[in-house]
Amino acid sequence: MALALQTFATVKDANAALKAQGTRYLGGGTLVVRAANEGDVSVSGLVTSTEPSLSTIAVAGDKVRIGASVTMATIAGHPELGTLAKAARAVGGPAIRNMATVGGNLFAPAPYGDFAVALLALDATVSTDSGETPIETFLANRDGSRAVVTSVNFTLPKADSFRFLKVSRVKPKGVSVLSIAAVLQQAPDGTVSAARIALGCMADRPMRARAAEKALIGRSLTKDGIAPALAAASDGTWPITDPIASAWYRNEVLPVHLGRLLLA
Amino acid sequence: MELRKSYFADVRKDDLHEIGQPRPRSDSPGHVTGKTAFFADRNFPGMLHLKMVRSPHHHARIRSIDTSEAEKHPGVVKILTAKDVPHNVYTILILIQVGPEDETVLADGKVRWKGEAVVAVLAETERAAQEAAAKVKVDYEVLPAVFDMEEALKPGAPLVNEYHGQNYYLYDSGECRKVRFGDVEAGFTGADHVLEQSYQSSPIEHAPTETTGCVVAPEGNDRFTCYTNTQAMFFTLDNTSIILQMPGSKLHFVGGTVGGGFGGKVDVIVEPIAILGAKLTGRPVCFIYSREEEMQISSPRAAEKVVIKDGVMKDGRIVARKVTGYTDAGAYSRHSPYGAQKGAGHYPGPYTIPNVWIDTYCVYTNRTPSSAMRGFGVTIGDFALEVQMDKLARLIGMDPLEFRFINAYRDGDMKAHRQPTEGAALIECMQEASRAANWPVAEKYMAMSSYVKGA
Amino acid sequence: MAKVPVQFTLNGSEKAEFVDSGTTLLNALRDKVGDTSPKGGCHQGTCGACSVIIDGELRLSCLTLAETCDGAVISTTSGLSENGVLHPLQRAFLDTFATQCGFCTPGMIMAAKVLLDHTPNPSRDEVVEALSGNICRCTGYEPIIQAVLTAARANSQNAA
Repeated sequence: MALALQTFATVKDANAALKAQGTRYLGGGTLVVRAANEGDVSVSGLVTSTEPSLSTIAVAGDKVRIGASVTMATIAGHPELGTLAKAARAVGGPAIRNMATVGGNLFAPAPYGDFAVALLALDATVSTDSGETPIETFLANRDGSRAVVTSVNFTLPKADSFRFLKVSRVKPKGVSVLSIAAVLQQAPDGTVSAARIALGCMADRPMRARAAEKALIGRSLTKDGIAPALAAASDGTWPITDPIASAWYRNEVLPVHLGRLLLA
Repeated sequence: MELRKSYFADVRKDDLHEIGQPRPRSDSPGHVTGKTAFFADRNFPGMLHLKMVRSPHHHARIRSIDTSEAEKHPGVVKILTAKDVPHNVYTILILIQVGPEDETVLADGKVRWKGEAVVAVLAETERAAQEAAAKVKVDYEVLPAVFDMEEALKPGAPLVNEYHGQNYYLYDSGECRKVRFGDVEAGFTGADHVLEQSYQSSPIEHAPTETTGCVVAPEGNDRFTCYTNTQAMFFTLDNTSIILQMPGSKLHFVGGTVGGGFGGKVDVIVEPIAILGAKLTGRPVCFIYSREEEMQISSPRAAEKVVIKDGVMKDGRIVARKVTGYTDAGAYSRHSPYGAQKGAGHYPGPYTIPNVWIDTYCVYTNRTPSSAMRGFGVTIGDFALEVQMDKLARLIGMDPLEFRFINAYRDGDMKAHRQPTEGAALIECMQEASRAANWPVAEKYMAMSSYVKGA
Repeated sequence: MAKVPVQFTLNGSEKAEFVDSGTTLLNALRDKVGDTSPKGGCHQGTCGACSVIIDGELRLSCLTLAETCDGAVISTTSGLSENGVLHPLQRAFLDTFATQCGFCTPGMIMAAKVLLDHTPNPSRDEVVEALSGNICRCTGYEPIIQAVLTAARANSQNAA
């Protein structure tokens, strides 16, 4: 069976077409076309939708809705999403960013999917035609996910509370050794009152560093203050081993980079 | 750029007119306009796509191959197995009498590394070839595999390659290439210090931007034109002639334009099977490695292990050097027996040492066959030698550059291979490096010469 | 199997082709249209050798399906020179020795062209960022960066 593309005006029709065996949704092509090029013959039908809402960004106050087909380049250049520009720019080179979509990034296996790490730290929700799912639940179940993702939704953090770091071996950029995103709230005395930390490449998909988050509460962002969080950074990680780095290496350097992110 | 002509001014003509002058590259206009024709830029009507079914095991016996389902797949034109290849067992260097033939074009009864070619599928489209390749059924009996050179050399290790009969290449000098000069043991006995260290490297993939491949067009007169990115045009032509039992006059190779080689395109892998496909179908054939194949299947630089034992005097003279080098050929020879031999020719490095002992082994393991890459057999050895030189200098508390001046070979010195040194220039190179790197050495070293006796 | 019609403008000329559904733009350009200046180095989106400009944006033709380009305006390196006169980027790549094997060159030039179209006087960092999705395995990055900066200077002098 050759590869065939079906394009639908509505997500509803695309969802109906995706019920057929051997079909996959085509976003920017950076995952699905790549797989086909590499000889993955399990997919014979590609389905895509041109529904306009998939390509729009809506910002109302601090509430943000990004359509699933919005590209990394669009996010990086959006005047109201400057906080997230660094995370969007972390994905690929310029050509990839013109193609890779926010919806696709949710499915990108480690070492890819740096933007999804940011979305996890933002505690986003993922929308399909059947409703909204917390991103952590969505990521956990993504392998069986069939419905077209329509948008991601989140509350925009204050600029100084969101931090993002991608670590690569190649400059200016390359594939991730790991990536870290954090949303930190600080009490007036500077101690951390709430923390969400998400890690990329520390498992086969983005994961929360819950032990480190817990260890930060009530602590100041100083070398001594973050020490317990760094000690707990690798709790529950199951890093990938790939040509970029071994699992051992990723676990070894995670506390170093988390420390740099927290002290930045 | 500065050209310092003072070096060797008295022993050479002052005729370096081209150096330092910009000259346009003849191929650049084609590169910048996209007009340079790489092999894959040739396209022929009715061209078939070749995809390889590869071994998923490091070492296994093939019980059976069933291509019946694949043959029925829409778009499939021809499926090739070992029995279709006229002279299936070959080795590249047989052209210069370095045998035995030890590698199969398509696996016959056994696979010896993960990724070895087993069945070739030719189809109308790339996709049809991929789909049909997935339908080829190969029944394997997995055998114990060995991945470490020292393990492979132990008695009782799994035998990797029956054409050799043991897990090392048997040179006419025996189990290794050997250099013997002076009395190395006496040298160690008389030395102030003896330092033995071992150095190890992993395989390195060349990763050219253009993957390995070829496009073959039958010319209708029983002659075949092969557009290829090989770096070894005539080696490939002659080996293809042997493998296909076809006179060289039937083969027209077009190449020379290579999208990055670095030594990774000197093996004879894609051309014979693609030409065979074109011959048996009468249609043009392209066989181009995917990126994954380029990274996993094409030969890397060999993994090496180098053990260096040196005897050194407090005054800086190295009086004895013993080197044991191991080159991991992987499952087949390709260029590795030559690589290991080059190592023997290269040690003990550019230094004059009175007592030298060198053994270099070419070892077979169930890893991806290794082959040529930029100074193979030498580059890793130089890394080991120069790290060892630094360690020796530290051991005797001497400046590492001055330590090298003391031991540098100079014109007229007898090398361990019993060739007198000529045109060494190492002293002058180090003098210039000393200035350029702002790493001063004592005046007596700056006054030395490679070719003036006593200086 | 059904062919899909696709029409686009390539380097100023109208092209109409019937392609198999699922055909990448890279294969359509190379095998159907006959423009072999975009190269297939990885077919994974990692090397940038297939870079083309679609509707003013840099894209990877190996990951773009041809049928999604219906009505698009596409530029490739083969269409850059006009009446035999090299584009300033081509001239600069030639003059500054920014090619070795040449396989990455058409993609590099496309990435550089998009940069200069939007940012006529880029900083060195902007050039490095713009080329960050393009691999030169001969590792000629310095001359390539210099070539782009040289072309930018040549452009601004011409404009002045």
